[in-house]
Amino acid sequence: MEYEISLATTMAISVLFALSLNLITGFCGQISLGHAAFLGVGAYTSGILAKLGVPFLLTLPAAMLLASAIGVIVGFASLRVRADFLAITTMGVGFLFVGIVRQQDALGAEMGISAIPDAGMSKLAFMLFAVFAAAAAALLSVYVRNCWMGRVFGAIAEDEDTVRVMGIDVPRFKLTAFALGTALAGLAGGLYAQHLRFIAPDSFGFIESITVLSMVVVGGIGSVIGVTVSAAVLSVLPSWFQVIGDYKLLVYGGLLFLMMRFSPGGMAALVARIFHPDRRGAK
Amino acid sequence: MSALLSVAAVTVQFDGVTAVKDVSFDVAQGELLGLIGPNGAGKTTMLRVITGVVHQTAGRVELDGRPLDGLPTHIRIRRGLALSQQIVRPFREMSVIDNVALAAGLDKTASPLKALFHRRRTRELDIGRQLLSRLGIEQHADESPQIQPMGILKRLELARALALAPRLLLLDEPLAGLNSKEARQLADTITEINRGGTTIIVIEHNLGEVLRVCKRLVVLDNGEKIAEGEPEAVMNNPVVRAAYLGTGAAARQGESHAAA
Repeated sequence: MEYEISLATTMAISVLFALSLNLITGFCGQISLGHAAFLGVGAYTSGILAKLGVPFLLTLPAAMLLASAIGVIVGFASLRVRADFLAITTMGVGFLFVGIVRQQDALGAEMGISAIPDAGMSKLAFMLFAVFAAAAAALLSVYVRNCWMGRVFGAIAEDEDTVRVMGIDVPRFKLTAFALGTALAGLAGGLYAQHLRFIAPDSFGFIESITVLSMVVVGGIGSVIGVTVSAAVLSVLPSWFQVIGDYKLLVYGGLLFLMMRFSPGGMAALVARIFHPDRRGAK
Repeated sequence: MSALLSVAAVTVQFDGVTAVKDVSFDVAQGELLGLIGPNGAGKTTMLRVITGVVHQTAGRVELDGRPLDGLPTHIRIRRGLALSQQIVRPFREMSVIDNVALAAGLDKTASPLKALFHRRRTRELDIGRQLLSRLGIEQHADESPQIQPMGILKRLELARALALAPRLLLLDEPLAGLNSKEARQLADTITEINRGGTTIIVIEHNLGEVLRVCKRLVVLDNGEKIAEGEPEAVMNNPVVRAAYLGTGAAARQGESHAAA
């Protein structure tokens, strides 16, 4: 039972993390190849504060705030560069994060941070807490998509120059997408640190960024249900099949490529095409 | 009548090439002004200066006597401008009505916070439906723009600009790509919109319709203003005739009349 609970916790954290990227990339169309850095910011913030004696639940708002603040800074890059250049910039941010953490003894350098204190929850309670957080993120996503913010995000994803001509302050909306998405990534990071009780720089590197991006793309960019299902499934695959864990970058990178090539709308679009062959797209 | 828009000595240079040179004109409240000239005359650049997409090298642009210079595009739109672009750019992932409703939600998209706390859009959909029916394309409201012909997309582009409830509407070749019947209808609609109180600047190559609906013309050639005034006087101006016809373009003018 312990194993299943741990697996469910991993799934919930992955779903939360993937939904956080979906807000930025799926809703607002801003590609990020360095999203794991924000998971890392959250994990390190929560882990370090917990070791300093701060109660776990109080470390989470701090993790979200710091990740979000750095997210807004990176978001400023999205105001200057677009699409492929943004991909390279965010990739650079990802490498920068790992590079900096590796050199800081205060952050545990290569060895990372271990023996993060227990939150005082049972394994089951923590799992339920993580599932609750993921569900809340999913509900928030659905709400955002259906309010005016989601409509503006969708328009920005498609053609931001035209959005400007409609009197909309595109930079502020983009920064909001980064702030929201990276805050949720920070929350996922806090849960991650508490779940494993050990964090190291390599857990937040390029491979993780590609993994979460492939979860979003496989699920269907922008589709809340699609991303939730694909993150849940893809996060446990490495535990079930050793070979996937060994060749993570190859498998997830390959999935990413295949999806972009054959079904850019992801599984959500595939499902929609099967059930509603007359309708285009699925959002 | 007081000037709603005032363009004063505007010059635009791109990498040393002068696209607009020392152009000045006023647009009075309630006017329907035609901005015409041969291809490459700088008309679209002039509109882009007004909307803030292009920044002038020298000169001033004022709306209601308040300078627009240095303001980003979205603020100029919120001050009362709207642009219908030459190359239609509907949001293809949204339905036709959703395109118009998004523009109509100007007060709900003023800031991310407002956008986050507003969900309903009954009012915006109503405005959208009214505009679509005014332009005669309400039967396509729930369809995707992807399957619409140019005639519908041109009107959608106009409906979206109107949804912003502008005081000054900028139209960049609204009739291009339409057949003569569609062009005539849309030109009539533009006249009606103008009669409703919206000041309009229209760039148009369809001279037949321009001469029919515009009360005043500003003519640009090679980035310079070469004439300004009532349509008949302007078209009889030898400088204007030379600009249009001087480069062996008599045949071309004949074509554009045929297209009209």
